[in-house]
Amino acid sequence: MKTTDTLTLYGTELRSRLLLGTARYPSPAILMEAVKASGTGLVTVSLRRESAGERAGQGFWSIIRDMGVRVLPNTAGCHSVKEAVTTAHMAREVFGTPWVKLEVIGEDDTLQPDVFALVEAARILGEEGFEVFPYTTEDLIAAERLLEAGCRVLMPWGSPIGSGRGLNNLFGLTALRARFPEVPLIIDAGIGVPSHAAQALELGFDALLINTAVSQAVDPVRMAGAFAQAVAAGREAYRAGPMEPRDMAVPSTPLIGKAFLG
Amino acid sequence: MNIQLNGERRQIAAQDLAAALEELGLAAAVVATAVNGEFVPVSARQATPLTEGDALEVLSPMQGG
Repeated sequence: MKTTDTLTLYGTELRSRLLLGTARYPSPAILMEAVKASGTGLVTVSLRRESAGERAGQGFWSIIRDMGVRVLPNTAGCHSVKEAVTTAHMAREVFGTPWVKLEVIGEDDTLQPDVFALVEAARILGEEGFEVFPYTTEDLIAAERLLEAGCRVLMPWGSPIGSGRGLNNLFGLTALRARFPEVPLIIDAGIGVPSHAAQALELGFDALLINTAVSQAVDPVRMAGAFAQAVAAGREAYRAGPMEPRDMAVPSTPLIGKAFLG
Repeated sequence: MNIQLNGERRQIAAQDLAAALEELGLAAAVVATAVNGEFVPVSARQATPLTEGDALEVLSPMQGG
């Protein structure tokens, strides 16, 4: 067994298997504390229209730069290949990284990825030198196509973004893990509580991206710490090799040598 | 001329993208730009002329999940 247990994405080692989104925190100060408490080395960021008066984006960017973490820009809200590819180009210039969390949304109620457009956008960006982190479903064929398109990491959803429902399709996700044992798989979206996170790591997923579950907690900083512990515990459990579940009871105390008192 | 800046109508005197950002007070900001849906990198801003009715998008870092 390996003695070191680090997560490597596109050749870059990360200090934690917990990736953190930066949206919807009560304040920039709480965001900074939550990032620290989570122990994360990678946070997701986005691009939005800048207004000359407010300059909100400039302030946010200086906070992120000061934290010494890597950034993973997303293409959140994009609904077409063209929109996602253009957003990725803009993000690469602003954030100075070839990494992009590629989202192409196909349906607004579930924010389910449009895997057909996703594959096309991933291929275009891959050819242009981007290192693509595609936000996808647990669909095996979509995963296959994304890997063919040059992706070396996949980000399957647990359940719809912001829903907090945990791992919605355990069978599908387990099949995905089994089908691509060598590909880093990061559960992105739907994690609600630390037990969901521990479960994902126990099943062998490599990492998690969490945002709403932390930022919308009553105490986001405390919740970030709770997730850090759950991720560490889940990963250790996976490495330790969990027992197989059984349908019937098996006594844990040996019966041999038991006194006859009856 | 009239252009759209992030969806809002603005009147500018500048004739190219770099000058327009200067005029709009966005020259010093960390932003990425697109004109009529096409990304324009920093290096191409000066050589990108603007014409009446152009849609200019100026994006900056923002919180994201």
